[in-house]
Amino acid sequence: MSSELLFSLLIFAPLVGFAFNGLLGKKLGGHLYPGVIASVASFISFVASVGLFQLVSEQPEQAKYLVIHAFDWMQVGTFRLPVQFLIDPLSSIMILVITGVGTLIHIFSIGYMAEDPGIAKYFSYLNFFLFNMLILVTGDSLPLLFVGWEGVGLCSYLLIGFWYEDHEKAEAGMKAFIVNRVGDAAFLLGMFVLYSHFGTLNLLELNSLAPKEAIWNWLDPITIGTLLLFVGVTGKSAQVPLYVWLPDAMAGPTPVSALIHAATMVTAGVYMMVRLSYLYTAAPYTMIVVAAIGLLTAVLAATMGIVQWDIKKVLAYSTVSQLGYMVFACGVGAFSAAFFHLVTHAFFKALMFLGAGSVIYGMHHQQDIREMGGLNKRMPLTYWTFMIGWLSIIGLPPFSGFFSKDEIKWFALASDRGGNWIFWGLAWVGSLLTTFYMTRLMAYTFWRDKKYSADHQPHESPWVMTVPLMILAFLAATGGFLGIPHAIAQILPGHPNHWLEHWLKPVISLPTIKQGITVEYEWLLMGLSVVGSFTVAMVTRYLYLNRIDLIDRTRERFEVIHKVWVHKYYVDAFYQKYFVENLVLSSRDLWRYVDVGVIDRLVNKIADVTKELGRGFAWLQSGNMQNYAFITIIGLIIFVLFLFKG
Amino acid sequence: MLLSLIILFPLICALVMALLPDRRYLHKVALGMSVVEFLVGLVLYLKFDHNKTGLQFVEKILWIEDFGISYFLGVDGISIWLVLLTVFLQPIVVLASWSSINEKIKGYYVALFLLESAMIGSFITFDAVLFYLFWELSLVPMYFIIGLWGGERKIYATLKFFIYTMAGSIMMLVANGVMLLLAKETLGFYTTSLLDWYKIRIPFVGGEFFSPQTLLFFAYALAFAVKTPVFPFHTWLPDAHVQAPTAGSVILAGVMLKMGTYSFLRWVVPLFPEATQYWSWLFIVIGITGIIYGALMALVQNDIKKVIAYSSVSHMGYIIAGIFSLNELAMSGALYQMLNHGISTGALFLLVGMIYERTHTRDIVKYGGIAAQVPIYTVIFMIVTFSSIAVPLTNGFVGEFLILLGIYQNRPAWAAWAVAGVILGAGYMLWTVKRVFFGPAGQVVQDHGLHDLSQREILVMLPLVFLVFFMGIYPNYFLRLFEKGIIFLVENFHNYQLFSQITEGGL
Amino acid sequence: MKGLELFTTVTYAHFLFLSFVLFALGVLGVLLRRNLIVVMMSVELMLNAVNLTFITFAKALNQLDGQIFVFFVMTIAAAEAAVGLAIVVAIFKRFREVNIRFFQFLKG
Repeated sequence: MSSELLFSLLIFAPLVGFAFNGLLGKKLGGHLYPGVIASVASFISFVASVGLFQLVSEQPEQAKYLVIHAFDWMQVGTFRLPVQFLIDPLSSIMILVITGVGTLIHIFSIGYMAEDPGIAKYFSYLNFFLFNMLILVTGDSLPLLFVGWEGVGLCSYLLIGFWYEDHEKAEAGMKAFIVNRVGDAAFLLGMFVLYSHFGTLNLLELNSLAPKEAIWNWLDPITIGTLLLFVGVTGKSAQVPLYVWLPDAMAGPTPVSALIHAATMVTAGVYMMVRLSYLYTAAPYTMIVVAAIGLLTAVLAATMGIVQWDIKKVLAYSTVSQLGYMVFACGVGAFSAAFFHLVTHAFFKALMFLGAGSVIYGMHHQQDIREMGGLNKRMPLTYWTFMIGWLSIIGLPPFSGFFSKDEIKWFALASDRGGNWIFWGLAWVGSLLTTFYMTRLMAYTFWRDKKYSADHQPHESPWVMTVPLMILAFLAATGGFLGIPHAIAQILPGHPNHWLEHWLKPVISLPTIKQGITVEYEWLLMGLSVVGSFTVAMVTRYLYLNRIDLIDRTRERFEVIHKVWVHKYYVDAFYQKYFVENLVLSSRDLWRYVDVGVIDRLVNKIADVTKELGRGFAWLQSGNMQNYAFITIIGLIIFVLFLFKG
Repeated sequence: MLLSLIILFPLICALVMALLPDRRYLHKVALGMSVVEFLVGLVLYLKFDHNKTGLQFVEKILWIEDFGISYFLGVDGISIWLVLLTVFLQPIVVLASWSSINEKIKGYYVALFLLESAMIGSFITFDAVLFYLFWELSLVPMYFIIGLWGGERKIYATLKFFIYTMAGSIMMLVANGVMLLLAKETLGFYTTSLLDWYKIRIPFVGGEFFSPQTLLFFAYALAFAVKTPVFPFHTWLPDAHVQAPTAGSVILAGVMLKMGTYSFLRWVVPLFPEATQYWSWLFIVIGITGIIYGALMALVQNDIKKVIAYSSVSHMGYIIAGIFSLNELAMSGALYQMLNHGISTGALFLLVGMIYERTHTRDIVKYGGIAAQVPIYTVIFMIVTFSSIAVPLTNGFVGEFLILLGIYQNRPAWAAWAVAGVILGAGYMLWTVKRVFFGPAGQVVQDHGLHDLSQREILVMLPLVFLVFFMGIYPNYFLRLFEKGIIFLVENFHNYQLFSQITEGGL
Repeated sequence: MKGLELFTTVTYAHFLFLSFVLFALGVLGVLLRRNLIVVMMSVELMLNAVNLTFITFAKALNQLDGQIFVFFVMTIAAAEAAVGLAIVVAIFKRFREVNIRFFQFLKG
């Protein structure tokens, strides 16, 4: 099939699903139709993306991409913006992940949302999200990417506030949109800067026009432009300081959290940086900022994840933390590692979110992990799949998280674009923290004795929910083989090289290894990570199952830190107080004292003065005719006198 | 003849409405006639040659010979869109009035058609006196529409609207007189034709405020700034909008405000190129201040109509900043934004009118959780909201994107401030949406059994929703067509510039 | 012209002086009197004073124009008296009042 046809299938299948469910879903009634239609639409998209992937891999090495031109979007003078899509090695993998994981989540939702009255609306939003996400990853220019970028934000807004009757949920949706808008505004500015400098916003052209030499200048347009785009990334990919919306976004239905707030949308920022890797590597100052923010986010989010009681909130902070790793990887120039982690994270985090969804479903919408426990007996399928997710995220071989995280940590030390021991150390500590809170989550949810009351018996979810879980578990377990590190590949038979890195080579900038860092280092780091994670996992499991008193005592000892973590470092409170409330209060003052008090009063004052002046002269208009006549005659006499005088 | 027809036909409509004996058919006849007028507009559009620069369908009849005043009509690639916007909104407004206007129907429709005629007139005339005539004439019907069919404080609002705008246009009248004399002085004959006035070279001294060109520039700019309204002259707008009936608000926001911005493009920029260039910074500052100020004001209003009124101030800020960025991108964006604003703000006012008919309150505090009661209404309102806050694939994005890019090309640092409007815009609109539609059911839901939109109301909204998407997805259709008009403006501008530099140096 | 001559010989100046006196009386009447009917009569007095002036000059200059004008003025005066009196009567019927100071409805 031609690429145009495949591509239109890819894009339009979800759009048709959206339109169908949105317009007719409610009339059709039933709880099954909307879900099935949406899932089929999503699956068609998946098939199309497999086809596109095939087409891309058949392309010759030097021009490994397909360009699909639709029509011209805007054209004003020399500014031309075609609607044109780009399928290259990078976006072809991305569309596979989006539609693949997306389809599984659609299917899962059929079970999860079965009893919700707004099911048609739900599935239409979900399809619409897929459409926007596909535009985002296939658009070949920054504005087109921005279309998807805002579009997914819009869907996220709609889906977080899906149960809008709840005040807090509606508020969370709004917050997500507005916080993202802050990033988006910077993104717009970034586009303007780059357009003025390069005269184009086409992604391929930007990458090829990017200077080969790094520019060490804060005021260079490339540095400013990339930094502004990165502010957009901190919004969309939930980095410090704009990460605050993501934990709140858990107000939405759980499959939404899996699809949008774990696997796909939030990785858009990382995807964008990987796309513009040449541009970013040309701006080393930006790279430093990116690396620092990423690492900071990874560690801070992990600490906050430790003190959460809501199963989804734990996963949310873990998502923020993992996104931090990806951004950090971009910051040290390891774009392929970032993308690798993006893919594996999509698998295991979608798996864990869906697992959490299954748990919540089984627990009759209970999300507090203190009320759970002992679910490994009640929900065995959910438990075992969740277990794979856990093994994956804490980075034990051979699960996927091990490979991708390890690659990031390796480049944290070895990359010649700023790798050093401090970066590696912090990344290592972060990963141990991840192990700690994820193990805690496992202990509370599954391993502990049961805590739920007798009349709320948890039950295993139906097959529409468990089958997607199993497929995702398989992917999470094996996804790591996409990128086997060189050290391991050397000793394996046949030397399977790093497939993903090789595949992405034509489109992204790859780092080189620093002088003096040898393969032995790789083995050493790998060993430290695995041993560290394993030890922390075992100790945590032991503590939570047998010595919970120790945990409680530690918490009491470090009450202050605990409080800071519970309050999310007071960032939210800070924003609320100093931005939101101040803005509203000062606007109110501005309105009362300036708009009404000065500007409008001035207008009314002018009218009043005119009126008063009129009233002042009104005595002349006495109404007495004889007065008028008298004045007339006086006037006449004066006139005559003047006449005769001169 | 087509242009005369498009002005005359609404007058005939008004006459027919006034003489129609049977009151039962008033609504339907009004709708029918406004649709016919729209068709006339479409014919105009279809016959318009988009590859030609300059005026088309020109009609010029000498009217008062001694002063060279003529009945001079014409359209170019810029004004035709505003004419189309006007004739497009008219049937929608008429249809929306079917249920909201129950008394003095006859007078209402007469005023509405007179208004249409005057507004179209001001878009297509190229004679200063005729323009002034139409400009002032458009005030009268609107004065009655607000004053007779308005809300509680309608008298205050309508007087403020009328006198404020009038006070601004006095400046234009005086400036017109001066221009007439200048025409005699420099061209050798009296003329009020705008095309002749474009040829007048008016002395300009950079730093001096009291040089003739600067004074004339500010005289016209003030008249148009009040009408637009630009930031410090905006206070009549919230009052007028809040008190006006739905149709009045829609026409006011949709078309009348555009008379101000359009006139900036048609008069101020080409007539006073040096002054425009010299003072452009001031207007960009005013525009950007307006963007942020309007948004901040909208944030704290409790009356839905006031929120939208202040959002208009904010949107007008974009347009003014765009026009005075003086490049093709921003000017196209500004023109596009004029149409966008007509459509999305018009739609918002229609929607507010519809819910007001059901609940008789516009107080946001009393609303809450109506989404479950009126799903179709909610969907349409959300679509229009997203258009208003410029989400991509809606029309608002195209306009804002081009304007901001244009401002950035001209003055990068200031664009950063303008972009703040993007954030604040989302803030006030979504907060309003949240308080009205989401959350637990509010007082109005408990007091009234809200019913969803009727078929008539859906019919009112459909064309607008269609345009929101069409203009967002395929803006090139429009951009291509205004290209000639904008290029004409920009190029003339620079030619003039060159010419006057030579004279300054040589003679 | 000296001594008695001023009284024995009637010149044009005498006519003009008489006209002036009459006119002044008329003006004073309009300005000072309160009764509407008297005011109207004063107006008539002024008109006739003017008539006298016209005739005087007509005679002095030996032209007929002035005399012709007098006819016009008399016509106007008659019409004015008719309409004016009618108004006065109407006003009196409506308000039971002919005092001009009473009618100050146009006071600003």
